[in-house]
Amino acid sequence: MYNVLEAENLSKSYLNKRALQGANLTIQQGKILGLLGPNGSGKTTFLKIAAGILHPSSGKLLIDGQKPGVYTKSIVSYLPDTEYLFKWMKIKDAVQYFKDFYSDFDEKKSFALLEFMKLDANSSVKSLSKGMKEKLKLTLVLSRKAKLYILDEPLGGVDPTAREKILDAIINNFSENSSMIITTHLVNDIERIFDEVAFISDGEIVLQGNAEELRSNKNKSIDELYREVFQ
Amino acid sequence: MDLQFDDKMPIYLQIMDHIKMDIATEKLKANDKLPSVREMATILKVNPNTLQRAYQELERLGIVYTQRGMGTFVGERKHMIDDLKQEMAKEVIDSFILRMKRLGFSEEEIIASISKNITEVNKHV
Repeated sequence: MYNVLEAENLSKSYLNKRALQGANLTIQQGKILGLLGPNGSGKTTFLKIAAGILHPSSGKLLIDGQKPGVYTKSIVSYLPDTEYLFKWMKIKDAVQYFKDFYSDFDEKKSFALLEFMKLDANSSVKSLSKGMKEKLKLTLVLSRKAKLYILDEPLGGVDPTAREKILDAIINNFSENSSMIITTHLVNDIERIFDEVAFISDGEIVLQGNAEELRSNKNKSIDELYREVFQ
Repeated sequence: MDLQFDDKMPIYLQIMDHIKMDIATEKLKANDKLPSVREMATILKVNPNTLQRAYQELERLGIVYTQRGMGTFVGERKHMIDDLKQEMAKEVIDSFILRMKRLGFSEEEIIASISKNITEVNKHV
């Protein structure tokens, strides 16, 4: 099996603050990896480098064998944890915006997903609640036929029912030809969808392994392991 | 499907146990079709790869069989239900004995306590 993403000794400093300190991580095709760590551990910095938004200070990161750039951006679908939709847009404008931007965007799929999420294409973005906005962002990101999906805190700040919908959408739309990285600190809600987990602490990957093997070796849930590592 | 996971144990083993239980209690009968990997993954909210692994292991044990393009079905091996019942009974009894021994009970006491409690349980069932 081949590695969709390989990070070797990846470091990133902002002035005198070191956000990543020699992080090593690999993700195989067809796997979902949970990148777990508290706020400020370097998760988002790592993902931004993978998405081609930030440059590493040293070390390397390859996606499908290539450095982040035009090619990797065409195969990576990235859900940032920030707002990026314009307030004046209607949902259908946001869909059009994505369609114009990405050649792998599947419009049919996006409308099926909107229906699944119970979102009305004619609603305006500024009228959406936080949970609905998360659902819309996820709809747009999952409607691309990407090789690697990067979801930064897809469950952040949404209520339990919206969380379930989001989990269902992730499971239903995951294909064995693609891979996913999902960050979260709500480990308990989502640990059953991970193949692999990596714990990140102070910019370093302190533990990576197969979720099922970790459970059976340590006799602990991933959530308990998380609490142990980051106590 | 009603399945509460214990996240301390591998999920695929728990899914396997659940299906074995359904076969042993004849909720699932020989040649019944199991839900597809994708369907089950959605119902249980687990990774499709985990389901795949559970199905593969069950197939390796000869409990289910796969027909290309058709799906996964409950096997029709002779004595399978009895074998599964025996296997699961052994697990229950082994863990019971182990826990009783940890509590400091002797073998005679364990047997005596079963004889005593079985009549009481019978009253309630």
